[in-house]
Amino acid sequence: MPDAVAHRFQIGDRVKVREAYPIGHVRTPYYVRGKCGVIERVCGAFPNPEELAYAREGRPAQPLYRVRFLQRELWTDYAGQPVDVVEVEIYQHWLEAEGPQP
Amino acid sequence: MSHDQDHDHAHVHRFPPRPDQDDTLTYYRAMETAVRELLIDKGVITADDVRRQVEDMDGRNAGRGAKMVARAWLDLAYKQRMLANGSKAAEEIGLDVGPLKLVVVENTSSVHNVIVCTLCSCYPRMLLGLPPDWYKSRNYRSRMVREPRAVLAEFGTVIPPDVAIRVHDSTADMRYLVVPKRPTGTENWSEAELARLVTRDSMIGVALANEV
Repeated sequence: MPDAVAHRFQIGDRVKVREAYPIGHVRTPYYVRGKCGVIERVCGAFPNPEELAYAREGRPAQPLYRVRFLQRELWTDYAGQPVDVVEVEIYQHWLEAEGPQP
Repeated sequence: MSHDQDHDHAHVHRFPPRPDQDDTLTYYRAMETAVRELLIDKGVITADDVRRQVEDMDGRNAGRGAKMVARAWLDLAYKQRMLANGSKAAEEIGLDVGPLKLVVVENTSSVHNVIVCTLCSCYPRMLLGLPPDWYKSRNYRSRMVREPRAVLAEFGTVIPPDVAIRVHDSTADMRYLVVPKRPTGTENWSEAELARLVTRDSMIGVALANEV
């Protein structure tokens, strides 16, 4: 088994977080599920925490990204400025490719 | 007159003693005690090793992060290396960050950065010491990603509308350190002098560096 899954996304790619609600230890916050953002950086590959939490190896390691979301895409009634963002670390198996911004 | 006679006995007991916080043997507290005692009994570690680790953890403080920030303010090339790879930059000035993957983000005239961990309380302990209680509170963790300008204002930090707020949710394997803006009037200051202006809160991003 390879040590790490190959990474699929590059800086600047638009991605969508899977809207899924599996049980167990998951490190994808609820507030970004189903939301679109842009890859800010590729952080490397890390053992999958959803496996590590249950004393498994978490291999092959999952690529980890920092994804930048516009606050206004996360909260429809966001009261700050349009330029405000949140950046969240998300593992590749939670991300899908998304077309360019409409 | 002896020291004892200075005190009114009733005065000494005016305030009720604070209750002990170690009087409830919860499941995990019992497990920790059992595992620790077994490891010591089997000779894997000693009680002194445990004490030493606790002492080390308590001894880490925000002075480590402040040293990195002050160096970055003085040395542009160092700052660029730090923004590219925070862990290596920490090691470069003799700070052991262990397995930590450090991401350093810089406040500028157009961006203000702030750190939160909505899922738990991930925090760069190797550089800032133990996290403050509010950092672990549900209030801070849930509201900082939802209404950061309002939360920052409660800390006394009002960010102008033309400055973008960039919240970093520390959800996985990275840890974060904010480089606050260098205060004006510090042009010829030494690294040690500058480091004294860099507070813990300014490196979390809920405050600015101290003014001169």
